[in-house]
Amino acid sequence: MEYEAIIGMEVHVQLKTASKIYCGCSTAFGAEPNTQTCPVCLGLPGALPVLNRKAVELGLKAAVTLVCDEIVERAAFARKNYFYPDLPKGYQITQFGAPLARHGRIEIEVEGQQKEIGIRHLLIEEDAGKLIHSEGESDVSFVDFNRCGVPLLEIVSEPDLRTPAEAHAYLAALKEVIEYAGISDADMEKGQMRCEPNISVRPRGYKEFGTRTELKNLNSFRNVERAIAFEIERHIGILERGEKVEQATMLWDERAQRASPMRVKEEAHDYRYFPEPDLTAVTLGRDLAAQIRAELPELPRAKRARFVSGYGIAPEQAAVCASSPAVADYFEAVAKACGDGNEAAKWIVGVVASAVNEGKWDVNAPSVAAEKLAALIRLVADGAVSGIAARENVFPAMLERPGLEPEEAVDELGLRQMSDEARLEAVVDRVIAANPGEVVRYRRGEEKLLGYFVGQVMEETKGRANPKIVNQLLRRKLASG
Amino acid sequence: MSSGREDGGRPGADPVITADEVRHIAHLARLELTDREIEWFRVRLGAILEYVAKLNEIDIENVEPTSHVILMENVLRDDVVRPSLSRDEAIGSAPSSRNGFVAAPRIIETDDSGVV
Ligand SMILES: [Zn+2]
Repeated sequence: MEYEAIIGMEVHVQLKTASKIYCGCSTAFGAEPNTQTCPVCLGLPGALPVLNRKAVELGLKAAVTLVCDEIVERAAFARKNYFYPDLPKGYQITQFGAPLARHGRIEIEVEGQQKEIGIRHLLIEEDAGKLIHSEGESDVSFVDFNRCGVPLLEIVSEPDLRTPAEAHAYLAALKEVIEYAGISDADMEKGQMRCEPNISVRPRGYKEFGTRTELKNLNSFRNVERAIAFEIERHIGILERGEKVEQATMLWDERAQRASPMRVKEEAHDYRYFPEPDLTAVTLGRDLAAQIRAELPELPRAKRARFVSGYGIAPEQAAVCASSPAVADYFEAVAKACGDGNEAAKWIVGVVASAVNEGKWDVNAPSVAAEKLAALIRLVADGAVSGIAARENVFPAMLERPGLEPEEAVDELGLRQMSDEARLEAVVDRVIAANPGEVVRYRRGEEKLLGYFVGQVMEETKGRANPKIVNQLLRRKLASG
Repeated sequence: MSSGREDGGRPGADPVITADEVRHIAHLARLELTDREIEWFRVRLGAILEYVAKLNEIDIENVEPTSHVILMENVLRDDVVRPSLSRDEAIGSAPSSRNGFVAAPRIIETDDSGVV
């Protein structure tokens, strides 16, 4: 029988704030354990939370970015009650019933096929602490409360995904727009983006959904893809044997490359949500959403399309040039200043991208100002320096000395091309006069000897002759004998 | 309670809350109760629920649900970092701590008892 998987995704990203969502503790990553806590995020008696305005604004920005049809007018918070060692308050302050926004969407692309994935809701809430386990001590959890109260955006998709590859593409698309819009740094290694896929499998053509299982403990896109593939196969195996899939939360074991059901010494969840008495509601006027919409940066998909149509560059080049807002701004500045989008793209894709990869270039603080790179591109176009010399000598020199003007660099390095036709003509005449035998052979049809003449001219000019002009001159002079 | 009834429900009718429900709620709150206490709470909670149920008699067709009695909205703070507690202040009163972490009994395992 053929089966079809139905995959939904619950993603949490850390909102890009300096302080926590309900208190002023820092959200900085990498601090010593339990050094970023206070009475509010530890839930000490009498402490009162106050909502971080930035967290609400970033949540709204996400709602606009993910094209949510419905943004709640009055955002309210609720307590979700449960006991767990990473939750010192005994409850999480989250949103319940009326999430920040609903009915959004995002486009993904898998093997050239476009697909729209629905977003069911977005809400803002606080993170819990972190449990650390040491291999030797199976009965102890070491608790770090620094993450308690770190603002999170929960993004729940519709069950629109069908394959592990689609799930991967969804996460990549989500990460891209979230990072682009400055909502989150979405660094999975720092726990700033976490995802919990839920999976069910049904025979193809069936309307009814199968029993769902949830996957946890996934710390990279690769693991997400593998874990989903594993879980789909596991479901199919169970169905093929005529058995029933049991509802469960599965933990992915990266080392063993398999998922096993999580056993929690706890009974079924009964969260007893109720309105958070310590936080007032927030009225989100339409003005605020409109203002955020107006300030929203151009998103990567639109940017790539505009680069392709506006600058006439290839989609692959556009992907590199629009890889982050900073790179995109730099590309456009170079393109406008030199007047050649194609050349600007070639430089970004080739030279600048390599410098970034080698750690010699900070995209947020380019070592070579856009105007300077544009000036270098113009020097190449004018024949003042060869393309190769510009890439291999002039640009590295400018990279090392940020103040250096390309014009100066070319002269300092002695790389100025001879493009003066009269001076080159004299050299060409000397070379022709000095090689009468080769001239005769060339005129009898040995055209490959042109390369020999070019080489001679280059030698005379110490490689500085403009090869284009030399070629033209030689062809003309050798033809008319 | 105005009714003065002690059984938490009308005689012969279903109790407003059962002993099992009281046991469940006690467990969620991590309270250990004796059977006597369960019965005591069943009666008391039943009376409270019945009292509150009177609100069902009111027509609330055009009344917005209330989550707060204070009429304040949009109490927000700017995203500014303030000093946190020292680590000693933060975890000094935990029953057990080690290397700056609070040490707590572990409650999750996988079937492989792998590291989570
Ligand atoms: Zn705090």
